[in-house]
Amino acid sequence: MRITLLYFAAARERAGTSRESLSVAPGAVARDALEAACAAHPALREVASRLRVALDEEFAPLDAPLREGCEVALIPPVAGGLDAGEKPGEKNR
Amino acid sequence: MSAPHRIGPEAISPDAAVRAVSGTDCGAVATFLGAVRAQSRGREVVALDYEAFESMALKQFVHITSQAQQRWPGCRLAIHHRTGRLLPGELSVAIAAAAPHRDDAFAACRHAIEALKADAPIWKREEYRDGSEWVGLGS
Repeated sequence: MRITLLYFAAARERAGTSRESLSVAPGAVARDALEAACAAHPALREVASRLRVALDEEFAPLDAPLREGCEVALIPPVAGGLDAGEKPGEKNR
Repeated sequence: MSAPHRIGPEAISPDAAVRAVSGTDCGAVATFLGAVRAQSRGREVVALDYEAFESMALKQFVHITSQAQQRWPGCRLAIHHRTGRLLPGELSVAIAAAAPHRDDAFAACRHAIEALKADAPIWKREEYRDGSEWVGLGS
């Protein structure tokens, strides 16, 4: 089935594109889309563990099933995630 | 009435955010303004470049607002975020929270900015004199 992958910010730069269409096997889940993106753009692989996935504009777990025509966005760490002087995990304490 | 949720390259207007939530049913309006700092993690910042997944960010703003309205009945939220290249001192975000009383207005305002910072698909690249870096990924 066909899906659309969207790349933003650091993921967009590493992929060299902001959007592409991709074919995945029936029954594929979000993790498969991420893996396909890394296979197509190896520079993504070293940051893949830090990417979240959004399925049709909603955050989704990596085992979420994909649907024909769905839009999978790779979401790098967002702007507010780490403030100056803060270490990961210190937020909101 | 101005739009409660907004994201794009237009300059932030704190007045517009306040106008979007004000009303005679609310005796309190709390605001939060976020501005670009000239320093970050010990480095001098020349500019910040904000990129957003705008349609998803707007959905999240709506979601943050409905969460707040369940928790603080009668409150209203405006969330305005700017995108593009911003210089130190320029506003990147404005939140206005109106509620019948001030405790709820402050709480809803705080909730909105923290939720936005945790989950809104908005990225910033810090630009230095000698290079640039995406915040959070270091690349």
